Amino acid sequence: MKVAVTAKGALLDSEVDPRFGRAPYILIVDTDTMAVEAVDNSSNVNAFKGAGIQAAAMVSDKGAQVLMTGYCGPKAFATLAAGGVKVVSDVGGKVREAVAALKAGTVTYASAPNKEAHW
Amino acid sequence: MIISIASGKGGTGKTTVATNLAAALNGRAELLDCDVEEPNAHLFLHPVIAREETVAIPVPLVDESRCTLCKKCAAICRFNALAVVGRQVLIFPELCHGCGGCLLVCPEDAITETGREVGAVRLGRSGAVGFIDGRLRVGEAMSPPLIKRVRAAADPERITLIDAPPGTSCPVIAAMHGADFVVLVTEPTPFGLHDLKLAVEAVRLLGIPAGLVVNRADLGDDAVFRYAESEGLPLLLAIPFDRHIAEAYSRGQLIVDALPDWRQRFVELYQQIDTIVCRNTTTCANSSSSAAKAAPARPA
Repeated sequence: MKVAVTAKGALLDSEVDPRFGRAPYILIVDTDTMAVEAVDNSSNVNAFKGAGIQAAAMVSDKGAQVLMTGYCGPKAFATLAAGGVKVVSDVGGKVREAVAALKAGTVTYASAPNKEAHW
Repeated sequence: MIISIASGKGGTGKTTVATNLAAALNGRAELLDCDVEEPNAHLFLHPVIAREETVAIPVPLVDESRCTLCKKCAAICRFNALAVVGRQVLIFPELCHGCGGCLLVCPEDAITETGREVGAVRLGRSGAVGFIDGRLRVGEAMSPPLIKRVRAAADPERITLIDAPPGTSCPVIAAMHGADFVVLVTEPTPFGLHDLKLAVEAVRLLGIPAGLVVNRADLGDDAVFRYAESEGLPLLLAIPFDRHIAEAYSRGQLIVDALPDWRQRFVELYQQIDTIVCRNTTTCANSSSSAAKAAPARPA
């Protein structure tokens, strides 16, 4: 299974970035092999509007089934839901730890966005 | 003649200048309240509203039976109002600026437009002064389309006075673009000066001649005046921090009505503007010389 994790760097030992749409990297991790594809999200960091929507569409396109991040707003949440991507929010620590928690089954999936929309 | 009354900082006296100038020019002028997020010119002009029109902007509607999920619509939208996810196209109408780009690039003709209400335009008069204002729908974030509709309703035969929103962002540009002159209103404080500088930069980018009205002119310091002099920004009028003016304002009264001496000062304000505009225009036959000017283009 593939999981997307927002990160401050491109490595498994990078810190989780609490922002979704404007995180510098989004790591697509294969939970079986722990292979990492680091997606450079810098084009989205300075997006005019709708950074979360773009990031959500990308995560869905990459075939991730779960997104792990800090905060997820309503438009990103709706986009992820349309792509069948489940969301784990309020995630911190390192990317490796987040993926381990997912594999251990100790995470709770979000049923709603946990951040107000941005204007 | 189109005159926009703008400022960087809020609360400097844009509406005071715009409404009093309109009243002083009487039937020659029409006031457009383009501060559509919080219009307040009606509190001073007490207009009789003749009609109100709902304003909607076009947003895309996708026919999923024709859509091939090619993503061209999502790629062209700089506001990310469309996203193609899985087997569907998601539309976020509140992000859509109604440009119609998605409709143009769709190779399957799968996109049509539907309306989204953004607010209303009210038209009326205050005595002989023409009055138009825009009121943004509560909860709506995008005001330029409504500002453009307010401006489109203006009578080209009259002097158009635009009460602009504060700041220097898209709504302000929408309220200044295509004007013959911009009156910048500020106060002689550090905040007033800071935001005046931003406003002057915006006006210069648009290439519109500008002049300064300093409100509460006897407060603060002289930095605003020194700045205006160094920038060649003509000081058109100074309004003192006067208890009588403040009292009239608090009662929703115009200065030109409460203190009749001021009527002539506002007429002279207009005359100065007219002189500057005529000096810059080779073919300035009369005040409505710019009436035939093309409608303002869409701001960024």
